[in-house]
Amino acid sequence: MIRFENVSKVYTRGARPALEDVSVDVQRGEFVFLVGASGSGKSTFLSLVLREHRPTRGSIYVAGRDVARLSAWRVPKLRRELGVVFQDFRLLQNKTVYENVAFALKVIGRPRSAVRDTVPEILDMVGLTGKEKRMPTELSGGEQQRAAIARAIVNRPQILLADEPTGNLDPTTSLGIMRLLDRINSTGTTVVMATHDDEIVNEMRRRVVELSDGVVVRDEASGGYGERESILPDVGRSAVLDTPTGSVRRLSAIPRPGQPRVRAFTRGEA
Amino acid sequence: MRFQFVAGEVAAGLRRNTTMVVAVVLVTFVSLTFVGAAALLQSQIGKLKDDWYDLVQVSVFLCPTGSLMPTCAAGEATDDQIDAVRDVIDTELADEVEAVYVETKAEAFDAFTERYPNGYQGTQLTEDDMQASLRLELADPEQFAVVSDVLTGRDGVELVEDQRAVFEPLFRTLNVATLLAAGLAGVMLLAAVLLITTTIRLSAVSRRKETEIMRLVGASNLFVQLPFLLEGAIAAVTGALLACLGLWLAVRFLVTDWLERSVDWVAYVDSGDVLTVAPFLVLVAVALAAVSSVVTLNRYTRI
Repeated sequence: MIRFENVSKVYTRGARPALEDVSVDVQRGEFVFLVGASGSGKSTFLSLVLREHRPTRGSIYVAGRDVARLSAWRVPKLRRELGVVFQDFRLLQNKTVYENVAFALKVIGRPRSAVRDTVPEILDMVGLTGKEKRMPTELSGGEQQRAAIARAIVNRPQILLADEPTGNLDPTTSLGIMRLLDRINSTGTTVVMATHDDEIVNEMRRRVVELSDGVVVRDEASGGYGERESILPDVGRSAVLDTPTGSVRRLSAIPRPGQPRVRAFTRGEA
Repeated sequence: MRFQFVAGEVAAGLRRNTTMVVAVVLVTFVSLTFVGAAALLQSQIGKLKDDWYDLVQVSVFLCPTGSLMPTCAAGEATDDQIDAVRDVIDTELADEVEAVYVETKAEAFDAFTERYPNGYQGTQLTEDDMQASLRLELADPEQFAVVSDVLTGRDGVELVEDQRAVFEPLFRTLNVATLLAAGLAGVMLLAAVLLITTTIRLSAVSRRKETEIMRLVGASNLFVQLPFLLEGAIAAVTGALLACLGLWLAVRFLVTDWLERSVDWVAYVDSGDVLTVAPFLVLVAVALAAVSSVVTLNRYTRI
């Protein structure tokens, strides 16, 4: 479904490549976690799949298309096979939930009847029935992400790309989002998710591709998040504050008895 | 392509950017008014030329008695000399000259007395004071130089005069006015392009989130850019229509109702000419909008 063959991406000439000789093959219907520190190349990987950039070297095949050599006017067709979800949801603030989801269909020229039929169905699937008329600001973070996911899958894409979809959510909410993504995956949609959330990765036990400085350092079926300490400086609050089992080294290292964890966190970050 | 959706986007864009849109409308209005004025001035010149060049001819003045020109050394032009000149006209200038009228001294005197029945500035002139001439009607009035070259210096010919030269100062003035209008139009058109560019850019930036989502869900380039294109085009065309209206009113009231009444022996441009110019003004407006849009959109809403 997605195949990278010796892909390298250099943004500015002479700079360190964002991806270097990456070869990954994602099968149809797979669920793949893309992990690695910030700047390890996860976002570049996703943007190459989306054909927001072209690879400097190598070939990329997405849904049967040679993306590197895809002409610009064919890009929209490619993107209709892809759904994308972001950490910051990217909902249109001046539109209701329903309109946000319908927008994705309208702008690719779907007839009104199709919009009327599909949108409620998808909203039901993501669990937002009854909240169609809410504005994004009237929703919780989890609900906003559900709306964003609804928008991403409303056109029934073959592939769903998720760039840290739980990055802004608390663990319980994250879990709900993961269940939703899992359900979408079980209907046959290939899911590639870049994440920093070790708890989720460890719990889901799916394929894990780990990038480090633009190189694939691990590609493991039903793997865990891997060594925590190598990416310590980039750990978000969830990993430190809310992870009861993971990050043993860090949690035991910082807080002293009687000291609130939050302060330990802020000091640790500074 | 969903017309309703695009129309909605366009309406929203125009509402959001009202002041800029009004500015675009006004600037295109003024600039295209100048373009139209330049075009109308040129068509006025054309009308005058059509009208007057038919009336005027090239005059070949034949030697009178006592002329100081070397070609007239033999005194008054003889019949032989006149025949020789007419021969040249019939042979060498057969293509250029369409008709030849002979004005004898008697005819010249008649014309003179008709114009000045009481004598010219107190002097009583006789038929012998007049000068015979050949009046040439040219196939193409612009060919005067050729005719003049051939005939000047022949025996019996005192002077070859292009009567159109009388109008030259007027045409020069009108041409300068045209240039002035065209120059102003050019400056204003540049301002219009810059303004349309800025407006589209503002519009694109204020809707960046929408266009970003549109790109990601696979909306076609045209679909993403069409609302912006239409916004620019609508504003520019509105300006063009205002310019047409302004020109039409100006011609209707200034030229037809006022100038034509006070100076009625001249053919003037009329509202029909404005209608001829109008489609071009609208075309220019569309071209302006198209150029500015393409430049801006490629930079701001690229896939």
